[in-house]
Amino acid sequence: MNAKKMMALALTAAMTMSMGAALVSADDAVWKIGMIGPLTGPAANYGTSVDKSAQIAVEEINAAGGINGYQIEYRGEDDELDSEKSVNAYNTLKDWGMQILDGCTTSGCSIAVSEKTKEDKLFQITPSGSADDCTKYDNVFRVCFSDPQQGIESAKYIGEHGLAKTVGVIYDSSDVYSSGIENAFKEESANQDFEIVVEEAFTADSNSDFSSQLQKMVDANVDLVFLPIYYTQAGTILTQAFTMGLDTTFFGCDGFDGMLEMDNFQKELAEGVMLLTPFSASATDEKTVAFVKAFQDAFDMLPNQFGADSYDAIYAIKAAAEKQNLTPDMSIEEICEGLKAGMVEISIDGLTGTNMTWSAEGNPSKEPNVYVIKDGAYSVAE
Amino acid sequence: MNRKNKSKASRDDRLTIVLLLVAYAAVMLANSAGLINSHMNGMLVPLCVYATMAVSLNLVVGILGELSLGHAGFMCLGAFASAFFSKLFENTMGVFPRFLIAILIGGLVAGIFGFLIGIPVLRLNGDYLAIVTLAFGEIIKNVINVLYVGRDSAGLHFALDQSKLGMDKEAGELLIAGPQGITGTPNDASFTIGFAVLLISTILVLNLINSREGRAIMSIRDNRIAAGSVGIPITAYKMRAFTMSAVIAGFAGALYAHNLASLIATPARFGYNMSIMFLVFVVLGGIGSTRGAIIAAVVLTLIPELLRFMNDYRMLIYSIVLIAMMIINWNPKSRAWIQSHLHRKKAAETAESDGREDA
Repeated sequence: MNAKKMMALALTAAMTMSMGAALVSADDAVWKIGMIGPLTGPAANYGTSVDKSAQIAVEEINAAGGINGYQIEYRGEDDELDSEKSVNAYNTLKDWGMQILDGCTTSGCSIAVSEKTKEDKLFQITPSGSADDCTKYDNVFRVCFSDPQQGIESAKYIGEHGLAKTVGVIYDSSDVYSSGIENAFKEESANQDFEIVVEEAFTADSNSDFSSQLQKMVDANVDLVFLPIYYTQAGTILTQAFTMGLDTTFFGCDGFDGMLEMDNFQKELAEGVMLLTPFSASATDEKTVAFVKAFQDAFDMLPNQFGADSYDAIYAIKAAAEKQNLTPDMSIEEICEGLKAGMVEISIDGLTGTNMTWSAEGNPSKEPNVYVIKDGAYSVAE
Repeated sequence: MNRKNKSKASRDDRLTIVLLLVAYAAVMLANSAGLINSHMNGMLVPLCVYATMAVSLNLVVGILGELSLGHAGFMCLGAFASAFFSKLFENTMGVFPRFLIAILIGGLVAGIFGFLIGIPVLRLNGDYLAIVTLAFGEIIKNVINVLYVGRDSAGLHFALDQSKLGMDKEAGELLIAGPQGITGTPNDASFTIGFAVLLISTILVLNLINSREGRAIMSIRDNRIAAGSVGIPITAYKMRAFTMSAVIAGFAGALYAHNLASLIATPARFGYNMSIMFLVFVVLGGIGSTRGAIIAAVVLTLIPELLRFMNDYRMLIYSIVLIAMMIINWNPKSRAWIQSHLHRKKAAETAESDGREDA
């Protein structure tokens, strides 16, 4: 008797709870956007920037009434820069009910996860997965330039502006981003009016001393050193180049962004350094200023280009969803199809470019900017 | 006495196999009942991979008594060799035979390298295997990071620099793309296949341990000079155990590669840290205990994932759990306390057998 009573009670409780849940979800349908990136480990800087910028974008959109009148719920998961952990993070988000993925932050993880999003027919937009294969499937879009694009644009800029006759390259042969740019740069250099005379590689295990690479640059007397690498190593290279007396132009890509904010870095060393990047935290346009201020107020640090890409990714999702009149009560597959159709129709003015449009292959079309570091700040070249 | 020991050992092994089968059946049942969410479902194959690696390393560390710090290197070799094969025959073979051959190739390639390394190093006495395998793992990772392999109508092209590949860019495809590794490996691995690999590896290792050869290998571990004096060819037996361990690591690598679409030899993935993680599995599981190694691998792989809700604190908790487990597992006082409190009945028996082992 007692047991029966208990069971009846339990069942009633379960029923009321499930009804309650059903009622709540019908009334308050929300968009569930997930983010994956390295929030811990050596690349945590990139992941946290992507995570926090997405949070800012989501808060702004929610404050302004959400997407098509529906609020956004956001959740970021850590992948420790590992593709296996990234898939785990993706599955966690799927259990949470994610409908759209703003991720992954890095190329390898993005490729591994895109295999899963393709299976689940879930819309994925990677803010900063720059390898070619990231957008192999038609449900994946990206905000940043692809690696080859950056290499080609850099070579064109150097060639067309007559910056150098002889060029030396130092790159990280164990890194997808760096070697991807380097390959494209080398290919495009054949069509340009300069010659790559020295080409030196380092790996993730040997990235603290560059004196032998720099000595070769000194010996070859190059006009310009192209550094398709991240700013931590670039800072070391600039410091060592200064002590070795190598006086030449240094040219970097978007990985350079963040160098001036680095701890214990002498800003004078970066004087005259050029970099090709879609975003700079010290740019003075209205949008960037507002974003940087919001980011600093919330997290007490400067955002980098990864964050800006992520911010734009959220706004691209919003624009595409509004174009197609999507609502969060649709199935994941319907949302994916809608966003796919919407992405190629929209044109947004974001932090990383004005009039950004997307091709059906998932690549953005935007203007790259070249900045020069002058008096300890970025200023637009030319 | 000897016979009694042997029957006890084989009973113990049977228990390991039965526990594995029960775990498999439980997971399959729970899965068909829809009790496993996609997060846990995605973890199943990696769990098999790590458990297999723990079995493999336990053979070297626990049974052979040598230290290998490069097992991630063998896993890496198996992963890349098998993924390369699968990419090569992606459109010309059926899924099952292709994956089966891929696993065998992974084991074969890793085994060949294990054999080659063993030839000079296993003749030596001391820590040399640890030093050489440590270097081996790092070398493999770095070589793969600069290796480019492409395929076009003219056949395969190998180069250490993408621009020197000499491949027809439009028609050809890049199979191994340097630091980007292999992308688009077919996702052939499933929990059932992963479990089969784990089960077969475990049976192979347990059988070896309980065989004449296994006893010879363990006698080398316990006293090399005594083993030599009774006529046991030391290097030959060490080679057998080490090569077999490498082969199993290659199996695990093949399984790993066919579970993810992107295979990259990053320092975090196939570097020194990974090898140490496998060593942690073995040490925490109780050196020499295959069952313990499997359980430790499963628990330690699950903990960081189950702690996801703690966000930034999960890695901190993970390390605290590691330290706590190490103390509880190995501190003689805590062991004595556990034994006297948890299984009073068995305490007397274990104390007796502990005493015998020490003697």
